[in-house]
Amino acid sequence: MQVRSGEMMGKTLAEKIWADHVVREVAGEPDLIYIDLHLLHEVTSPQAFDGLRLANRQVRRTDLTIATEDHNTPTLNIDQPIADPVSRLQIETLRKNAAEFGVRIHSLGDANQGIVHVVGPQLGITQPGMTIVCGDSHTSTHGAFGALAFGIGTSEVEHVLATQTLPLVRPKTMAINVDGSLPAGVTAKDIILAIIAKIGTGGGQGYVLEYRGSAIRNLSMEGRMTICNMSIEAGARAGLIAPDETTFAYVKDKPHAPQGADWDAALAYWKTLKSDDDAVFDAEITINADELSPFITWGTNPGQGAPLNGSVPNPTDFSDPEEVGAAERALTYMGLEAGQPFKSIKVDTVFLGSCTNGRIEDLRAAAEVIKGKKIAENLRMLVVPGSAKVRLQAESEGLDKIFIDFGAEWRQAGCSMCLGMNPDQLSVGERSASTSNRNFEGRQGKGGRTHLVSPLVAAATAIRGTLSSPADL
Amino acid sequence: MEKFISHTGTAVPLRRSNVDTDQIIPAVYLKRVTKSGFEDGLFAAWRNDPEFVLNKPEFAQGTILVAGADFGTGSSREHAVWALQNYGFKAVISSRFADIFRGNSQKGGLLTVVLAQEIIEKIWDVIEAAPVTSVTVDLEAKNVRVGDAVYPFEIDDYTRWRLMEGLDDIGLTLKHIDDVSAFEAKRPSFKPQTLPAKV
Repeated sequence: MQVRSGEMMGKTLAEKIWADHVVREVAGEPDLIYIDLHLLHEVTSPQAFDGLRLANRQVRRTDLTIATEDHNTPTLNIDQPIADPVSRLQIETLRKNAAEFGVRIHSLGDANQGIVHVVGPQLGITQPGMTIVCGDSHTSTHGAFGALAFGIGTSEVEHVLATQTLPLVRPKTMAINVDGSLPAGVTAKDIILAIIAKIGTGGGQGYVLEYRGSAIRNLSMEGRMTICNMSIEAGARAGLIAPDETTFAYVKDKPHAPQGADWDAALAYWKTLKSDDDAVFDAEITINADELSPFITWGTNPGQGAPLNGSVPNPTDFSDPEEVGAAERALTYMGLEAGQPFKSIKVDTVFLGSCTNGRIEDLRAAAEVIKGKKIAENLRMLVVPGSAKVRLQAESEGLDKIFIDFGAEWRQAGCSMCLGMNPDQLSVGERSASTSNRNFEGRQGKGGRTHLVSPLVAAATAIRGTLSSPADL
Repeated sequence: MEKFISHTGTAVPLRRSNVDTDQIIPAVYLKRVTKSGFEDGLFAAWRNDPEFVLNKPEFAQGTILVAGADFGTGSSREHAVWALQNYGFKAVISSRFADIFRGNSQKGGLLTVVLAQEIIEKIWDVIEAAPVTSVTVDLEAKNVRVGDAVYPFEIDDYTRWRLMEGLDDIGLTLKHIDDVSAFEAKRPSFKPQTLPAKV
């Protein structure tokens, strides 16, 4: 057994970032941690701003705070007032709060509006070594840059607005090694779905996950964001990847990247941001990338996943009685039979988008598969870019035409059908193949049935009408 | 925040694991800009089922929810805590809670108690057989009492103290705001700022 020996021992990346942000440390209390960037959106902030008003408090650091509108915004007719009055009020409340407290906001119609976790990286305000929070559990996305980034509740949003800090208990660290090289047609989404299936929805509770290994190093920033994004689906509040040349190159030309001498100083610091060779993780797991294949979910939590080449499991095959019960309930809800091949499952709707897979690389990958083909009969496909900027970029590359010619709907940016808070929802019994992150009961609309998939599987499924990978075409 | 020292009431058995916050309160109910009125969205989809436990008259008065493992997974929405509190719950007992949900509940004074799964099973059996069984969640004594049975639970001293005193975290942090200013004075200049805006 390895024994921790204080100062002598190497540190993990998460421990280094933590140590660099401790404002106050007292035995028996949580550490007070400084927050470098606070992202806001309309759903989890109104009650926090109300709290500030009630206590006569200001936003301490408006220059470390930014807001956008994403969760409940419509993806059609955005030039008109939002039809649903309750949604409209929520958006208007964010705009009023931003104006009153002096917070920068990117509103619907602005080129930088979009899903908060797509907007941060594209502006270059997401950088290595930072602490980043947002009232949204997918804040873990920003960990792809080697930042410690995690979701918080509304009380914590108010706390950060007022103090730019959070009292936090130091998390444990878990190394997830993904070695080897991915076979053709296997993507970052398949890696993370396989990891969650392996460790379960509670496997990461109390940990910061660090994704390591050659298969991770070879991923683009978009792929790394897909992986870190779903850390929360394994129960971990944060997941991160040590920054490297891929990261530095991605940040360099972004609007808020450091300039001149600041760039040199930043880069020198960023290069220290990796787990030391002798660092000890509290837990460690290994995945062999060579053995991975396209992965999908069959159940109602993200841990209920399996390779697409397989078939619906028999609940009695699980050893844990809790899992047996959960699988039985999931199959009933999903309308599936044990033993049914996944590829025989007919899909009604394909959703391409979300903070998991709504970036330009995801749209390019799907467009490549469907180019020149026609959508399956009676199937609808929604393509929702992660941000207005991603949409513009895709249009400049002609991807919108490829999707429209194929028979898909080309929408405005936002969270959309990932959580079904705006009008983009599944109806009762409707089945989706979705590039998003959660297959919970009713997540995409009451009674809707969700299979989580990669953009490649989403595209192939839209062509064939049944769950498919490009290899099946 | 209201002080939490001890609460006695009756309990509701929720025999499900992995109850995510989308189940506790679906997204369509998150549009309100207040902290109240979320009780109508609590377990909204499941409440359509007349057999769902909250629809059973014998559990209608329950104030302590006893749930399966991994309660509160998924979305960080604090609306899940507000919905449970607006409905009348004072405490939730489970063998494992998702981190963000647990943090949110501790901010809002909803007590989350961790007990081993075999104890949860025992409590389910008892309260299903006799829904009127008195259940006490005692933060001061750090135990749960179900009828004559006493089950101790662990909670860190700091969180316990905060909950028992009903203290607001922001107020506590503001006592150390000079430390925050001192930290800010040393932050490197290369750290990004959102203002002035560059696009």
